[in-house]
Amino acid sequence: MKLTGSKILLECLLREEVDTVFGYPGGTVINIYDDLMDYPINHILTRHEQAAVHAADGYARATGKVGVAIATSGPGATNTVTGIATAYMDSIPLVVITGQVPTALIGNDAFQEADMVGITRPITKHNFLVRNINELTTIVKKAFHIARSGRPGPVLIDFPKDVQLDSTVFSYPDKVELAGYKPTVGGNARQIEKAARMILEARKPLIYVGGGAVLSDAAQGLRELAELAQLPVTTTLMAKSIFPSRHPLCLGMLGMHGTYYSNMAVTNCDLLIAAGARFDDRVTGKIATFAPNAKIIHIDIDPTSIKKNVRVDLPIVGHLNDVLQKLADKMKEQGDKVDALVERTHGWRSEIAEWKKAHPMKYTPSTSVIKPQFVIEKIRELTRDDAIITTEVGQHQMWTAQFFDFIQPRTFLTSGGLGTMGYGLPAALGAQVAFRDRQVIDISGDGSFQMNSQELATLVQYRLPVKIVILNNNFLGMVRQWQEMFFDRRYSQTCMELPIDFVKLAEAYGATGLRAEKPDEVEAMIKKGLETPGPVIMEFRISREENVLPMVPPASGLNEMVLAS
Amino acid sequence: MKHTISVLVENEFGVLSRVAGLFSGRGFNIESLSVAPTLDPSISRMTIVTSGDDQILEQITKQLNKLIDTIKVIDFTGHDFVEREMALVKVCAEEESRAEVLRIVDIFRAKVVDVTPKSYTVEVTGAPGKINAIVELLRPLGIKEIVRSGPVVIGRGPKGWKSS
Ligand SMILES: Cc1ncc(C[n+]2csc(CCOP(=O)(O)OP(=O)(O)O)c2C)c(N)n1
Repeated sequence: MKLTGSKILLECLLREEVDTVFGYPGGTVINIYDDLMDYPINHILTRHEQAAVHAADGYARATGKVGVAIATSGPGATNTVTGIATAYMDSIPLVVITGQVPTALIGNDAFQEADMVGITRPITKHNFLVRNINELTTIVKKAFHIARSGRPGPVLIDFPKDVQLDSTVFSYPDKVELAGYKPTVGGNARQIEKAARMILEARKPLIYVGGGAVLSDAAQGLRELAELAQLPVTTTLMAKSIFPSRHPLCLGMLGMHGTYYSNMAVTNCDLLIAAGARFDDRVTGKIATFAPNAKIIHIDIDPTSIKKNVRVDLPIVGHLNDVLQKLADKMKEQGDKVDALVERTHGWRSEIAEWKKAHPMKYTPSTSVIKPQFVIEKIRELTRDDAIITTEVGQHQMWTAQFFDFIQPRTFLTSGGLGTMGYGLPAALGAQVAFRDRQVIDISGDGSFQMNSQELATLVQYRLPVKIVILNNNFLGMVRQWQEMFFDRRYSQTCMELPIDFVKLAEAYGATGLRAEKPDEVEAMIKKGLETPGPVIMEFRISREENVLPMVPPASGLNEMVLAS
Repeated sequence: MKHTISVLVENEFGVLSRVAGLFSGRGFNIESLSVAPTLDPSISRMTIVTSGDDQILEQITKQLNKLIDTIKVIDFTGHDFVEREMALVKVCAEEESRAEVLRIVDIFRAKVVDVTPKSYTVEVTGAPGKINAIVELLRPLGIKEIVRSGPVVIGRGPKGWKSS
């Protein structure tokens, strides 16, 4: 029996075990939407295509599955670009399907035509234009395989309308053949052995974990290695949830807004074990003074990440959880050497403890104005350990990273690589779709919230009880902070002059809005917000010129932190 | 330092722009690029001449390898290979210089492929150095137009790329 292209696409999605897609219809995908009514696939209609992609991304980050988004050609497709680039920078597995004008019109400036394969080439792991119905199933199969394997990433399928209408016999391939694409997963045994030796000889070892650890679900391997050899662990923003914040070996985040003790540990370590991290400039500060005394072991699934920004003494290409597990096993074979290592590095751990004591993460409390850090701490106290926290981008994002404790992997979803304002709300939506019963909270600034606030409608429509925390300083706070510190307090275009009534806004959409203006209202309001069914905006009027500290000024070394204003 | 790289890719729509985009997107320089299908029509072979220090070259080869369509990347630096380029040179040739052009053509074992009362068009193949040399000799006589293919290279010895 022959099926149309649009039905074949949906059959393929079923074979890939896709039960939920996020999207927005239009002329060139209207057939897919028509067929969707007959398929057991959940569709979430967002209010903007960018949000559909972020939602699919949040769904993917929270579950580890491939997220799927659909948009129409032209403006629908171009609206997906920021979402795709966000996922690309953070290596999130997505399949984005865009409608395209009929093949005969491609290249003719047809109505609602945009060259999506061209536009998304630099921001996708791979992309496809379906030119012929006979290649459709192979393309979909390849797309999912590419998106989820190796270093994950977004894949775009541009799907012309005439191919959707064309028909052929459906048969889904059970294997993919990609001559050149064979990611290395195992990790070279000799290199792993060498790494074990380097760790056993170290005096001041430190593990530096990145988002790759979350993507490869490496919590177990990481914890085993760290505990076995008593190795202190510092994480990037992206890896916050992979190692429990309260673990005695956890040093918190490193880099521009990292902890003093993390950055001192990096500066003074003699062996840095980089695991699924890519030495982003927000992490390294001035490269010349980054881990100046350290030998570097770099474990990553993507060979291009290795030696890109820093010299590396021992590269290991492979799946992180695998490699860490094998590394721990290798070391266990030499039990007495491990004991000697733990013994020898005792002083190093005390040195770190001293730094921690001298400059712990702190802020100046207040009884008159609400401190954002205080709000974050209270949210932490009042939420469950498996709550999923998303953020937008700005100061609130850094305060969340600094003052929230994460216990379980995949509970912190944030745009690290691209730094996309407007990410958090749709990502929270996607995570809540995946886990209807978990607490999902978007921590936002007043600026970022307004980038995708229309998604309140989606939350209300689908009864998604996302809680939105707005730390309202009436500023584009992070930029204002830079203007304060580096531009003589010339606050050019960072004051959001118009005070918005977020409570009324919530109500206009049929959600609940709450506001706190004084510190003593904070706790009760968070409780109330969390208990109130359905989507809730909790607005906190925070102290307006609070800064994120400590901070490594741009182009400075990690040891040149500004600790207080 | 100059490097000559062969990239074997799936002969797919859009591959060339993917490769070229990789270079431009990362600020790498392409000096020349030539591409055509191989014996196996599903595979194309590109020859890319680029330059950069070791670290840049390592990134270039890794990034090329990372493209889904890439089957193999061969950096010929330090290997023995045969390198050939073709050029077509349209050179002024009126009374006094006609004989001189032919003499140069002869020395370089080039070929005249088009003649007019005012010009010769010369076809020359060889290593890029040889082409540079003939161009320098013809230049004073007045070159009207020149087109070069960019080099193509192949490893020396009995083995093909699959076994290399
Ligand atoms: C889409 C987008 N535009 C601009 C920026 C630059 N930017 C980074 S942080 C920031 C301010 C964010 O303000 P707000 O959301 O109110 O958060 P706050 O810093 O006040 O917590 C801006 C404009 C960005 N990251 N993303």
